[in-house]
Amino acid sequence: MVILGVALAILLSPGWRTVREKFLSWHFFKMSLSSLPTGFWVDVRMFLIIEAIVLVLGLAIALIRTLPAPVLFPVRAVAVVFVDVMRGVPTLILLYIFGFGFLALGFSFIPGDETILGGAALACSYSAYVSEVFRAGIESVNPSQPAAALAVGLTRTQALRYVVLPQAIRAVVPPLLNDFIGLTKDVALVSILGPQEIARIAQINADYYFNYTPYVAAAVFYLVITLPLIRIVDHMRYRGLQRQNALVLM
Amino acid sequence: MSAPSVLELRGVTKYYGEREVLGGIDLAVAEGCAVALIGSSGSGKSTLLRCVDLLEEIDDGDIYLDGVAITDPGTDPVPIRRRLGLVFQAYNLFPHKSVIDNVILGAVRAQGMKHDEALAAGHALLDRFGLAGRERDFPDRLSGGQQQRVAIVRALMTKPRALLLDEVTSALDPELVGEVLGIIAELKGDGMTMLIATHEMSFAREFADEVCYLDGGRIVERGRPEQIFSDPEHPATRRFLARLLQSTRI
Repeated sequence: MVILGVALAILLSPGWRTVREKFLSWHFFKMSLSSLPTGFWVDVRMFLIIEAIVLVLGLAIALIRTLPAPVLFPVRAVAVVFVDVMRGVPTLILLYIFGFGFLALGFSFIPGDETILGGAALACSYSAYVSEVFRAGIESVNPSQPAAALAVGLTRTQALRYVVLPQAIRAVVPPLLNDFIGLTKDVALVSILGPQEIARIAQINADYYFNYTPYVAAAVFYLVITLPLIRIVDHMRYRGLQRQNALVLM
Repeated sequence: MSAPSVLELRGVTKYYGEREVLGGIDLAVAEGCAVALIGSSGSGKSTLLRCVDLLEEIDDGDIYLDGVAITDPGTDPVPIRRRLGLVFQAYNLFPHKSVIDNVILGAVRAQGMKHDEALAAGHALLDRFGLAGRERDFPDRLSGGQQQRVAIVRALMTKPRALLLDEVTSALDPELVGEVLGIIAELKGDGMTMLIATHEMSFAREFADEVCYLDGGRIVERGRPEQIFSDPEHPATRRFLARLLQSTRI
């Protein structure tokens, strides 16, 4: 009923004709389909590579932060500063710093490719967030679990590997997937450094045709990836709730 | 008790911050004997067992396993824990692993037993303790009594020199207590050396060779079960047993 109301309001709005022409032109939508997939493929590749790095780096940071040994304080301090800075600075500014600032240092080992530099900025930013998700997962495991693991004779590393981490990761899969959804969209931010990914191509098309439909077309491409992910997260939440309820009723 | 001591504690002292939780405990458990630790909650029974399994560091005194000090600074706790079996009050099974995987984890990863051998040994023990057919179930599908029996089997898999039982029946519904006590009686019959923290007085009376009453982290009275339960000397023991008797009547 509400959806119907909103749809009616939009259709009857004074500017609807202009909006339909400028944003929902079937003609320009079809024209965009020739160039957008190439840009989207850049996004998908970037997303997959950055995500893999984020998972490894995020977990490594989380593990470093949960190490108890006093002698490892300096390493922990570095991890804390990294996470604080990366979470505290807007992603857009990080992209500028990585994309232009690091490049300007002139070191030969710093790659000149903006896609790589932008990807590195996103990887650092998301690793900081994801490390906090992993850390929450690790801390959510009851201390009796590592105690039981040690009691059966496992070393601390084995207890972490076989007992703590599997439970921690299972607990944080829904929030992790939420971060993935965020990353799929934030990959578009790299376009500010120049790479021709889908948002940049949509912008070029929009400027060229003087019509915004390419943006809507790009949005449809994103939805193809994000909607299934969102459904998976919901499904996992639902299953988690069901499991909890089943335990309560037992 | 002329047999050599499997476990011996001399002046074991432990502090949590400023608070003394164990104050100079002297104790010996001879081969094949069972020593029961009784006392109200917070008297130090669980801490004592955790100290013996080296899950907690002691602040003073020594603990010996087969005549060798295991609490010397620099001693690696892992091989010691592999020679002891600790069973927790709240079972502490690994919820992400099936019954059989819970049972064989320590044997395979800590003891280096071959997977097939561990499986065979695990199945045999589960079968012996009435858990045949539950191997593939996850812990949350089992009753409390069954979970505790799995936890005991898990501890037995490493063929421990001594079994440390921490209030193994107090989290169980009264009708499930019997099935766990039955197993412990069986193990006693097999000649297993045991140090048992318990609230189950009938059990301590029947199976313990020696009963120690702990109060405020100290053993205030010790002796044969028939003497402790029918003719306690120390006023604190008398009060404790009277309270216990009263609560049982209610």
